[in-house]
Amino acid sequence: MDKTFEKKIVISPVTRIEGHAQVNILLNSDDTVKEAQFKVVDFRGFEKFTEGRPYYEMPSITSRSCGICPVSHLLASAKACDAIVGVTPPKTAIMLRHLMHMGQLIQSHALNFFHLSSPDLLLGFDSDPVSRNIFGLIEKQPDIALQGIKLRRFGQELIEKVAGKRIHSSDWIQPGGVKWPLTLERVDYLRNELPEALEITQNTLAKFKQMLDGFGDEVENFGNFPSYYMGLVNPDGGLEHYDGKLRIVDKDGNIAAECVDPLRYQEFIGEAVEPYTFMKFPYFKAIGYPEGAYRVGPLARLNVASHCGTPLADEEFKEFKKLGKNGVVQSTFHYHYARLIETLFCIETAKKLLEDPEILSEHVTSRAMVNNYEGVGVAEAPRGTLIHHYKVDPQGRITWNNMIIATEHNNIAYNMAVTQVAKKYVKTQQLQEGMLNRVEAVIRAFDPCLSCATHAVGQMALDIKLFDSNGNLLDRQIR
Amino acid sequence: MTLNPMITLKIDGVQISVPEGTTILKAAKDNGILIPTLCDLEGLTPYGGCRLCLVEVTGSPKLFPACITPASPGMEVTTNSDRLKDYRRTAVQMLMAERVHICAVCVANDHCELQALANQLGVDHVALERNFTREQIDSSHDFLVIDRNRCILCTRCIRICDQIEGVHTLDLKLRSKNTEVIMDLDESWGNSCSCTSCRKCAKVCPVGAIYIEGEPITQTKNRDVAEFITARRNRK
Repeated sequence: MDKTFEKKIVISPVTRIEGHAQVNILLNSDDTVKEAQFKVVDFRGFEKFTEGRPYYEMPSITSRSCGICPVSHLLASAKACDAIVGVTPPKTAIMLRHLMHMGQLIQSHALNFFHLSSPDLLLGFDSDPVSRNIFGLIEKQPDIALQGIKLRRFGQELIEKVAGKRIHSSDWIQPGGVKWPLTLERVDYLRNELPEALEITQNTLAKFKQMLDGFGDEVENFGNFPSYYMGLVNPDGGLEHYDGKLRIVDKDGNIAAECVDPLRYQEFIGEAVEPYTFMKFPYFKAIGYPEGAYRVGPLARLNVASHCGTPLADEEFKEFKKLGKNGVVQSTFHYHYARLIETLFCIETAKKLLEDPEILSEHVTSRAMVNNYEGVGVAEAPRGTLIHHYKVDPQGRITWNNMIIATEHNNIAYNMAVTQVAKKYVKTQQLQEGMLNRVEAVIRAFDPCLSCATHAVGQMALDIKLFDSNGNLLDRQIR
Repeated sequence: MTLNPMITLKIDGVQISVPEGTTILKAAKDNGILIPTLCDLEGLTPYGGCRLCLVEVTGSPKLFPACITPASPGMEVTTNSDRLKDYRRTAVQMLMAERVHICAVCVANDHCELQALANQLGVDHVALERNFTREQIDSSHDFLVIDRNRCILCTRCIRICDQIEGVHTLDLKLRSKNTEVIMDLDESWGNSCSCTSCRKCAKVCPVGAIYIEGEPITQTKNRDVAEFITARRNRK
């Protein structure tokens, strides 16, 4: 860690995110902010303890790393296993996996927007922290809170109807496809639920756009910096979450790299480490560390894609693109906006999949044994590109495992964003909770998922300490 | 064919008549009283290894495994006292602690006899220190897999291989907590010269230790297979 700072403010834990993290704000001798660091204090060890397990257990084990987006892990892992057995799953199996993934994105995006972030957006960054949560929202704006809960429920139900369970439906997915098909009864149920989810999303999007003018300051200062962006795109360059090629674009929207074969991802992505955090720092190899900082997730996906591919989302996409130069929107605050557009896209895509008669085919599994000793699976999790990379022995036992979680890709960007926000809002002469909440809020905008736990509700422990250069406690705020 | 003479005993206060030589377990089962077991299986010789079927017999301070103790005239048996429930919960916890039983990621989840018994007995925590073994999985066979980390050493697989299939591919090596199920003279399964790939071991495994790769566990499991084959063989 840089030892040249004079004082340090610690925000621990950062609240209303998935997992545990803290932020250290390092101050100069004149009390101006020198730098802020995003520090992840979890350590999980999945890459090590899965060694020796059979490859087909990997979807089930690795999806346990997260209770919010287990579906994305299931898919990335199943795709890595598909590569190990060397088969393409039947078309219907791919459609069903895709459909389940739409449910995942809808529920996770709804969780972030309504449950975690909207208390800041609708109640105000400086409002009373005691009620600045989903319960405060239920009290003040019950209609919006109810809509959020309904939208998330739809996403969860979509997963449940397709795969049997809302969380950890790992019995259903398997290398080469899925274990059971979808029934007509379930398709009908989901089709009936779609219109309400669509209406909620459209209303929320309209309301958010109206509110945007009031957040000019936040748009300007919430992680508003140039970077590279990475995400999957389909063969036409359109928005993609399940399969496709990895595309990296620069700050002006020029394509910097495209990776068609997932096995080659390491040619494009390097991983650096820093001593103050357990989370690695992936970077774009062609540029190096840390200048090769890139962002992933909803904002990045809309920045790398040329279009969405569904009518309503495409309309919104065009409007969104106008916010940035050359169609590249760089303020982290706009992750919220991008998340809502993606939700719209996911609902439309789910509708399209549910209307295709082939979704009901009963041929959903291809059987095969180990044919390759290495496999990579890439999927777009709600928070960004998720990579699972396994090596197995001839008996199919894992000998090496590398998982690059969506949240990790944004690591350099987190540090840049929290530094920018801290420099703008944290005035150390008069430490106020609202200032530090903005530092947390920029992290929430990225929607990081640091472990399987969500600490979304209840009285959160926020312990902020201000130390001088001798380690003496100058100020402390606890909520 | 001569029938054994009938004897009378009391199980849980109920007067029961069974042919002489019948085990307490069978006497109870035939009269609708279920005693929990893990190693016992109809159609195979009893083993007495899991200690879950322990019962109390009036007049003796000892506990008796019901699966290998013959009923005797005038015996008074208790199958479900608080002491027995406590012992059974401890036995299940010891099985869970001895190796690795992580139900959430196990192939036998929801179709596991150990898990079902733990639920039935109210074992929601393992109070003993877990011994997380790191035994290597043997998936060298074309489709049969053994994960010894999940094995509870009930020996059903060994007995069915010997007594029903008649090849005795499987057996045990070593003692105590180091005991392991082996193939032939401790070969990898893929190199076994005696295994007929009949799958019976996977069908009767009460947990997820032996299974068939890629096959849903519901399709594999069939704990009636030994009884069924024995009945067919004895049919004249």
